[in-house]
Amino acid sequence: MTARKQLLRRAMVPQPVARLFSPTVAIPQRRYSTHPPNAKLNLPTDYSATSLLSHTSQQTLSNPELPADVRAGTTKRMNLFQAVNDALATALAEDESVLLFGEDVAFGGVFRCSMNLKDTFGGDRVFNTPLSEQGIMGFAVGLAAENMRPVAEIQFADYVYPAFDQLVNEAAKFRYRDGACGRSVGGLTVRMPCGGVGHGALYHSQSPESLFTHIPGLRVIMPRSPVQAKGLLLAAIRSNDPCVFMEPKILYRAAVEQVPTAPYTLPLGKAEVLKEGKDVTVISYGQPLYKCMAAIQEIEKSMGVTAELIDLRTVYPWDKEEVFKSVRKTGRCVVVHESMVNAGIGAEIAAAIQEDSKTFIRLEAPVVRVAGWSIHTPLVYEQFNIPSVARIHDNLKKVLEY
Amino acid sequence: MKNRIATSLVSTSKRCAPRQHGTPAILAHTCRSTYQSCYSSTVAPPSVSQPPNADYLAFPGAAKSAFSHSLKFEQPSTHPALSTYRVVDQNGVVVDPNFKPDLSDEEVVKLYRDMLTTSIMDIIMFDAHRQGRISFYMVAAGEEATSVGSASALAKEDVVFLQYREQGVLVQRGFKLAEFMNQLFANKYDPGRGRNMPVHYGSRELNVHTISSPLATQLPQAAGAAYALKIQHRQNPSAPPRVAICYFGEGAASEGDFHAALNIAATRECPVIFFCRNNGYAISTSTQEQYRGDGIAARALGYGIDTIRVDGNDIWAVREATKKAREMALQDGGKPVMIEAMTYRVSHHSTSDDSFAYRKKVEVEEWKRRDNPIIRLRKWMEAKGIWDEDKEREARESIRRDVLKAFSEAEREKKPAMRSMFEDVYEDLTPDLKVQMAELRSHLERYPEEYDVDEFEGGKDSLTSQP
Ligand SMILES: Cc1ncc(C[n+]2csc(CCOP(=O)(O)OP(=O)(O)O)c2C)c(N)n1
Ligand SMILES: [Mg+2]
Repeated sequence: MTARKQLLRRAMVPQPVARLFSPTVAIPQRRYSTHPPNAKLNLPTDYSATSLLSHTSQQTLSNPELPADVRAGTTKRMNLFQAVNDALATALAEDESVLLFGEDVAFGGVFRCSMNLKDTFGGDRVFNTPLSEQGIMGFAVGLAAENMRPVAEIQFADYVYPAFDQLVNEAAKFRYRDGACGRSVGGLTVRMPCGGVGHGALYHSQSPESLFTHIPGLRVIMPRSPVQAKGLLLAAIRSNDPCVFMEPKILYRAAVEQVPTAPYTLPLGKAEVLKEGKDVTVISYGQPLYKCMAAIQEIEKSMGVTAELIDLRTVYPWDKEEVFKSVRKTGRCVVVHESMVNAGIGAEIAAAIQEDSKTFIRLEAPVVRVAGWSIHTPLVYEQFNIPSVARIHDNLKKVLEY
Repeated sequence: MKNRIATSLVSTSKRCAPRQHGTPAILAHTCRSTYQSCYSSTVAPPSVSQPPNADYLAFPGAAKSAFSHSLKFEQPSTHPALSTYRVVDQNGVVVDPNFKPDLSDEEVVKLYRDMLTTSIMDIIMFDAHRQGRISFYMVAAGEEATSVGSASALAKEDVVFLQYREQGVLVQRGFKLAEFMNQLFANKYDPGRGRNMPVHYGSRELNVHTISSPLATQLPQAAGAAYALKIQHRQNPSAPPRVAICYFGEGAASEGDFHAALNIAATRECPVIFFCRNNGYAISTSTQEQYRGDGIAARALGYGIDTIRVDGNDIWAVREATKKAREMALQDGGKPVMIEAMTYRVSHHSTSDDSFAYRKKVEVEEWKRRDNPIIRLRKWMEAKGIWDEDKEREARESIRRDVLKAFSEAEREKKPAMRSMFEDVYEDLTPDLKVQMAELRSHLERYPEEYDVDEFEGGKDSLTSQP
C-alpha cells in the first residue's frame, strides 16, 4: 500500500472517542470522496506522476506556445496558487493601471493567491473590499470604464451571483451599448475559485461556467495547471475584453509544475491537444482532464485503441476548429465537465459538432457527455456526482463499442 | 395595445390614489377592502399640500424638512456614536438600577448551561475536525450570549433565520445534541439528507430555516417571512402573533441584500427583528475596512427603523433588548426593529482559517482576559449565590459527557440513502432525473470495485424510481 493510500485509509477508520482529547495527531482532513480498497480507476489523482504536468524544467521549456525568449529562460517549481500569484505580481509590476481587490485579498486571500502583493504594490492597488460581490463587480466595471485594469476576486464562484447583473448586463454589454463612443470595460478580469474539493457541498463546489458562456461579450477561461494558469491569467488581464477566469481550487496546492519565471501569455480562445489519438476525442477543461487522462490510459491498454485529449482552456468563445478537426479524425467524442449536464458546455459542443456537416458525417457514434447530474452539489455524494475516472471509462467504452 | 396599457395604468393609479386627493370614497373603500394593497393601514401616503407660510416644505421624498439658510453638510463625525445598552458589566455587577431579572434561578441556570453547551460542543468539534473526523466546523467562542440571550426572548412559534455562528440559538430552542451531531456527520438522521456542509443546521419543529452559506440572502427572506406572519395573523387573529428574527454578521451587512431587506421591511412594516452580531471581523476583514459609519445600528435609522446597540457579551442586555424588540415588532400591526450586538470573534473564522495571519495573538488574548459572556453570567450567578465551583465542574463534566456520547453515536451511523442525491431538486423526480438515477445505478453495477456504497443506507439499491 502506498503511503498516500495508508493515510487515506487511516482517515476513514473510526477511532475511539476518548482520543479526542489526547494530543492531536496530524490526520488529513476527512474527504467524503475517498476510494474503496480494490479500486483500480477511482484512485486519487497522483499529481506528482501525471503526464499533464511538467515535472521538469526541460519539459516546460519545450512548450511551442511559449515565446523563444521565455523558452531560453529559467523555471521555478510552483503550485497553482503560486502561479496565479506570479501572474498577478507580473501584471501589477508591468502595468500601473492594474488593481487587485476583493474580499480578504489584502492578507493574501483565503486561497493565498494574493500573498505579499499588498506589501509589494501598496494598499492603494491591492486592497480588501467590503463584503459585497455586487459592489466588487460594479466597482470593477467603473474602474475599467475609466481605463484601469481591475482584477477583481470573487471569493468562491458559488458567491458570484450577486455580481451577475454587473457582469451580464454591464460588463458584457458595455462596448455594444457605447457603440461609436468607443468605450469598453475590456480591462476587467474577474477571478474566482471553482469546482469540487470533496467536501464543499452546495456552496463551495459549484462550477458555473456555462452561466457565463451563455453571455456574448465575456471570455470564460479555466486553466488546468500552474503553467497554464500563469499564461492564461496574464493573457486575460492584458485582454481588451472582460474575462471570467475560473480557478479549479482543488488544484491550488495539488498541481505543482515547473513554471517559466519570465512573463508570458498563452492564447485565449485556443484549445490545446494534450495527447494525440485516432479512435476517440475526449474534450474537457480544468481538473477533470486528469481523470480523463487516467481513464484514457486504462482504455488504451484494455481495448488497444488511442484517444485524443483536448483541453478547451477557454470555454467561450471556444476553439471550434480544433475540436472539429479532431472529431473528423476520430469520429467519436466524449465531453467531460463537473457542472450539471443540462445546458452545460457539453451541450454546446455536441450541438456544434452535429451542426457542422463536415464533422457530422464523420461521426461513428453519438457525442456523449459525462458531467454532473442535474442536481445541486451534495456533500456526501460528490464522488457519485462529479465525473469519476470509472464513469469516464464507462462512457469511453460505450462510445468506442457503439 | 397602446390603449390597453394606458387604461390599465390609469386604473392602477386610481386604485392607489390616496383619499385626500379627492378620490371618490367608493374607490378608497375598494382600495382598503383589497387588503390595504395600496398603503398599509398605519402609514399615510405622502402629502405635498402646503400650509401657507410653513417653515418646512413637504417634498414627497422628505416630509417636514425645515428650511435652513445655513449651507451645512451633516457630518457623521458631529453625531455621537449610538450608545451601547448594558445591564451587567464585565465583573458581573448590575449597572442598570432598574434591572430586575424576569427569570427564575432555574431558568437563569438553564441559559448558563445553554452557553456552556455551545462552548463545550465547539471545543470538541473543532478538535474533531483537526482529527479528521468531520470535514468542517465553525465555533462561536465569545459570542455565546448574543445567540442564547436573544433566543431566550423569542416564542417557540417565531420564525428564525440564522447565518451560521448562532448554534446558541438552536441550543436554547431545544435542538438536541444528537441533532447537532447527525448534521455534523451527515448521517442518515440528518434532516439535510447529507447534502449540506457541517453547521448548516435546520429544524422545522423549532421554526429554524436551514442555514444557507451565501451571506445575507436570509435578510430579505426574513422580511418576506415576517410579512407572511403578519398577513396570516390578520387572517387568523386567534393564533398568537409571531415575529421573524434574522441573524447576520456585520460583514454580511455590506451585501446588497441587507439594504434591500431593511428597506422592504420598513415599507411593508414587517414584524422582523434584524439581529446583527458585530464581532469585529469578516474572516480577515476588520470593521475598519468593512464600513465607515457608526456600525450597523445607525444604518437602520436611515431606513426609518427603530434600532438599538447592545453589549453582546451581556446576556441580560441582549435578552432585555430582544424582549422589547419583539414587543415593538408586533405593535400597531408590525414593524421591523434592529439590534446590533457588539462582541468579538475570539476564535478563527472557521476550521479553514488561521486568524493569526491577519490579527495579533495578543489582541485575542487581551480580549479573552477582559471579557467573556459566560464568565460574566457566572459571576452574576455566583454573586447571587446560585452557582459555585462544584456546580460549575459538574455542569461542564455532564455536558462534555453528553456531547461525546451524541458524537460517538452519530459517527457510527450510516450515510443517508443514495437516492436522496436526486430527490428534492423538484417536488417529484423528473423523467430526466429518473434516467440519471438509473444510469448511475447501472454504472455502479458495472464497476462495483470502484465505489464504496456500503456506507450509505441500503447501498446502491436505493437508486430506484420506486423506493
Ligand atoms: C455571498 C458570500 N460571499 C462570500 C462568502 C464567504 N464568506 C463566508 S463567511 C464570510 C465572512 C462573514 O463575516 P460576518 O458576516 O461578519 O460574520 P462572522 O463570520 O464574523 O460571524 C465570508 C466572506 C459567503 N459565504 N457568501
Ligand atoms: Mg463578523
